[in-house]
Amino acid sequence: MFKSVHDKPGKASDMTVFVNGAETAAWNGETVASVLLRAPGAERRSTVSGEPRLPYCQMGVCFECLVIVDGVASTQGCLVPVAPGMRIESQHGPREISK
Amino acid sequence: MDCDVIVIGAGVVGAALAYGLARKGRSVVVLDGADRDLRAARANFGLIWVQGKGSDAPAYSALTRQSSDLWPGFLNELSNISTSRVDYARPGGLVYCLSEMEYANRHAVNERTHNQGAQADTEMVSRVQLERMLPAVTLGPDVVGASYCRLDGHVNPLQLLAALHRAIAALGGKILFRNPIDRIMPVSGGFRVSVSDGTLQAPRVVVAAGLATPGLTEPLGLAMPLKSERGQILVTERVAPILPFPASGLRQSADGTVMIGATNEKIADTAVTAASATKLAQRATRIIPALGSARLVRQWAGLRVLPLDKTPIYAESSDHPGLFAVACHSGVTLAAAHTDVIAPAIANGRLPDDLAPFSNGRFNVQKCA
Ligand SMILES: Cc1cc2nc3c(=O)[nH]c(=O)nc-3n(C[C@H](O)[C@H](O)[C@H](O)COP(=O)(O)OP(=O)(O)OC[C@H]3O[C@@H](n4cnc5c(N)ncnc54)[C@H](O)[C@@H]3O)c2cc1C
Ligand code: FES
Repeated sequence: MFKSVHDKPGKASDMTVFVNGAETAAWNGETVASVLLRAPGAERRSTVSGEPRLPYCQMGVCFECLVIVDGVASTQGCLVPVAPGMRIESQHGPREISK
Repeated sequence: MDCDVIVIGAGVVGAALAYGLARKGRSVVVLDGADRDLRAARANFGLIWVQGKGSDAPAYSALTRQSSDLWPGFLNELSNISTSRVDYARPGGLVYCLSEMEYANRHAVNERTHNQGAQADTEMVSRVQLERMLPAVTLGPDVVGASYCRLDGHVNPLQLLAALHRAIAALGGKILFRNPIDRIMPVSGGFRVSVSDGTLQAPRVVVAAGLATPGLTEPLGLAMPLKSERGQILVTERVAPILPFPASGLRQSADGTVMIGATNEKIADTAVTAASATKLAQRATRIIPALGSARLVRQWAGLRVLPLDKTPIYAESSDHPGLFAVACHSGVTLAAAHTDVIAPAIANGRLPDDLAPFSNGRFNVQKCA
């Protein structure tokens, strides 16, 4: 998919995050949604149509970027900056509310 | 004449009537208003609700039960004709009681309704019983119990409205949106209204324009005493199924969103307020504390269409035969009765005597049918 503009040969990334367990390079100031756009297999399934979805509006209105971030489901990935070691997992159903 | 019946208002009331008329083979044209009109049909909570309804008005209570029983067959046919999906379920419904006093009051409402001869279909359930009915949640400490009516259900009201619109078209009816009518002109053999590209004439007119109804019928001497009441609703993000029963003020849609509502406010605009959002969220989290972790995605307000005594008005003009007016709260609940009972009566040209308790004459106003 996409490639980060910071991703230049010979230049190290700022941090590593985990997308569905896979180590993924990330840069300061980018959002979880931008990582999702370049990580393979990082789409979620729409709970309505069952279709695969990726972040769309990048500004918090479309909810296409819902993802599990450090265990918190239904997080809008486009509103959350990355942090070193962050665990990002695709969400395939509606969020579970704890009992 | 351009058609058999003109229906003014394509909300859930006008649309259910127009669909019922079309099913009876009448040619109908439905005229709807301006973009910024009030539309309870697009702002409501989606309950098909029997318990407590008409607890002081036996005819209303009976009509509500009848409609609730007609709903499954009504929806089945509507889904087929409109080829649309409409989420509907009738698992029975709850009214949560958050204190001994609420429990006692609720019990009294049920007794009153049953004493009027309605079949005993509502029972009080204890907290322990409730816990068994709702295995996916932990109830808040204030929950004492609930009343449960096995007839209650819920529907996606926007899908319902869209299906009615599609079914009208499928049966050969026409809906003209953005076609506000400023007045109804009696002409020989019927009525005339102006539409955007000319005029339309029909022997019968049904006014179902929500809160705008009196403004159209009163110049013709047909009084429709209505008041409005604001209701605000909150909606959460979609979450996994936790609420198998719709409740008064708290239901989970088939898509997973949790709807929380609705306030009862004597205010005539559709603004939303933080105070009401707080009140609604507080009560919902007293019932199910875990809802506090669900994200709210929308809040809106609508105005209820309330006859002064809350009972529906089915009126026909004596001065102008062929002029009918319908206004009610709970137009979703009554949609099946409107299609299967009221529309056929209008198609026959007369409201039958057993609908007399719903006439506008009951208000003892100067002019009445
Ligand atoms: C907050 C809230 C919650 C509710 N919850 C429930 C519930 O859970 N269950 C239930 O059964 N009911 C519920 N209701 C009630 C239900 O929504 C109403 O009874 C119903 O929608 C009324 O529909 P209507 O078609 O009469 O009015 P509206 O939806 O207001 O439609 C009136 C239509 O008439 C049109 N119109 C107006 N003036 C003109 C004109 N001059 N010319 C042409 N067209 C015109 C408008 O454009 C509009 O489309 C609720 C209502 C509210 C506000
Ligand atoms: S991408 Fe649209 S809300 Fe996040």
